[in-house]
Amino acid sequence: MSSFLDLSRLHKTFPTPKGPLTVVKDFNLKVRKGEFIALIGHSGCGKSTVLSMIAGLADVSLGGIVLAGKEVNSAGPDRGVVFQSPCLLPWYTALENVLLGVEQVYYTASKLERRQIAEYYLSVVGLADAMHKRPAELSQGMRQRCGIARAFALSPKMLLLDEPFGMLDNLTKMELQDVLLDLWQRDQKTALIVTHDVDEALYLADRVVMMTDGPEATVGDIFEVKFPRPRNRLQLLEDPAYYEAREYLLHFLNERSHHRPALPADLPPPPAPKPPATGLRRIMDALAAA
Amino acid sequence: MNAKLHNFFLNTLCLAVGVLLSLGFWSLLSATVAKDLPTPAATWEVAKPYILEPFAKRGEQDQGILRLVGYSLALVAKGYAIALIVGTPIGFLLGLSKGFARVFDPIVQVLRPVSPLAWLPLGMVLFLGTGRQALENGALFTIAICAMWPTVLNTAVGVRAIPQDYLNVGRVLKLSRVKMLFKIMVPATLPYMFTGFRLSLGIAWLVIVAAEMLTGRTGVGSFLWNEYNNANYGNIIFSILTIGFIGFILDRLMSVAESRFKTA
Repeated sequence: MSSFLDLSRLHKTFPTPKGPLTVVKDFNLKVRKGEFIALIGHSGCGKSTVLSMIAGLADVSLGGIVLAGKEVNSAGPDRGVVFQSPCLLPWYTALENVLLGVEQVYYTASKLERRQIAEYYLSVVGLADAMHKRPAELSQGMRQRCGIARAFALSPKMLLLDEPFGMLDNLTKMELQDVLLDLWQRDQKTALIVTHDVDEALYLADRVVMMTDGPEATVGDIFEVKFPRPRNRLQLLEDPAYYEAREYLLHFLNERSHHRPALPADLPPPPAPKPPATGLRRIMDALAAA
Repeated sequence: MNAKLHNFFLNTLCLAVGVLLSLGFWSLLSATVAKDLPTPAATWEVAKPYILEPFAKRGEQDQGILRLVGYSLALVAKGYAIALIVGTPIGFLLGLSKGFARVFDPIVQVLRPVSPLAWLPLGMVLFLGTGRQALENGALFTIAICAMWPTVLNTAVGVRAIPQDYLNVGRVLKLSRVKMLFKIMVPATLPYMFTGFRLSLGIAWLVIVAAEMLTGRTGVGSFLWNEYNNANYGNIIFSILTIGFIGFILDRLMSVAESRFKTA
């Protein structure tokens, strides 16, 4: 099987005053074309760092990323990124925000064609009536819809989603997950989503990659999600296999993701509080405090 | 609506009280300690011909007040335009490039506190070759260089404050440098730039009076100085009030423009 995205021996180190800190260590993953991958792990474990490296927004310290036969070493519109906060430019309307990217990718197309592409994706995500509004006039959910439209309108080789629904309420989240799946199936894109929501991972992904806790985070386990597509949320909830899968992922996050050593038995007790000062000492302390 | 009307009357009443108190204090001063200070009534008497015929031209210095203000504003406009055209790019460079900031920031910090009165002679020396235009050009130079700093510094701060998220959007889309500048950086810096523009305009208006006093170029500043020499002290007060009013109006206008960009 030839892989579409190949992450091999990926490392990320940050310099700190106490010397270099390895956040991600020896991260290996091969992704097939058209596959939907979910990357889960505890907050701060480095999953967003992995996504930033694939997006080209963060440098790779060691190892390499190959996407569709080409090494990734800078950011570019062949990877559509959906950020956690939608990152729309507030001085442009929803349509102009999407057009900004479309103009970069379809630079040979006519103005009308570009506009049609942008309008098409905005309609698909349900923003047909709000295209000419600025982000400040849109709700959180609508902004993220626009962020998704912007990413898909680039016609990228791959989609990278960094906790895209983390800031939304549950109902909006479920709606947008369906919008995302719908677009993903329509365009046959390869996608990688970073999330800490186990249900989201199981509903969206073909494979769930579990990351161990940082520092030196890496792939802890990979779970194949075998539910047939198109998936139906209600049917999933009736499937006992869904709960087994859920249990398996939660068990990993709660027990197996920690590889830090247990506390030593001879840990010294915390220092006892000082006894209250008396006499002259107390007066001196009061004066010093004043 | 009623509350609005009520508020309006209250504000007007308070304003009237303030003005009356000031006029009272002024009358008291001129009646007791400062005998040479004209009373409000005497000031009105000397200022009357300038106010009632604001656009009259009776002689080189003897002109209606709005005509005089017009001369001053025209020069301010030119100097201010130069300040913005030169200052904004310098601010961008200071904000964008650490190297440029390291080299030029200390120089900016040293030149910034220099008084307009100190720049003016240098300005006139610089333009000695332009003959009779030297005075005017020197004044322009002084306005431009003094008014530039708030624009430079606020633009630099604004550029440094552009959220990384916006820059990331530009990087992901692989925008060219020009597009990055005009589609992302300039719009993101605009609110800061306008704060700088407003402060710069205030300074430009401050400098014009000093420049006109020293160069004798016709305008409100030289009018004030001439009337001092003519011992028409009432017109000094009248000029001060005029300068204050015009400055206030300019600041209001810029505030309106600024707030429009703040919400965008």
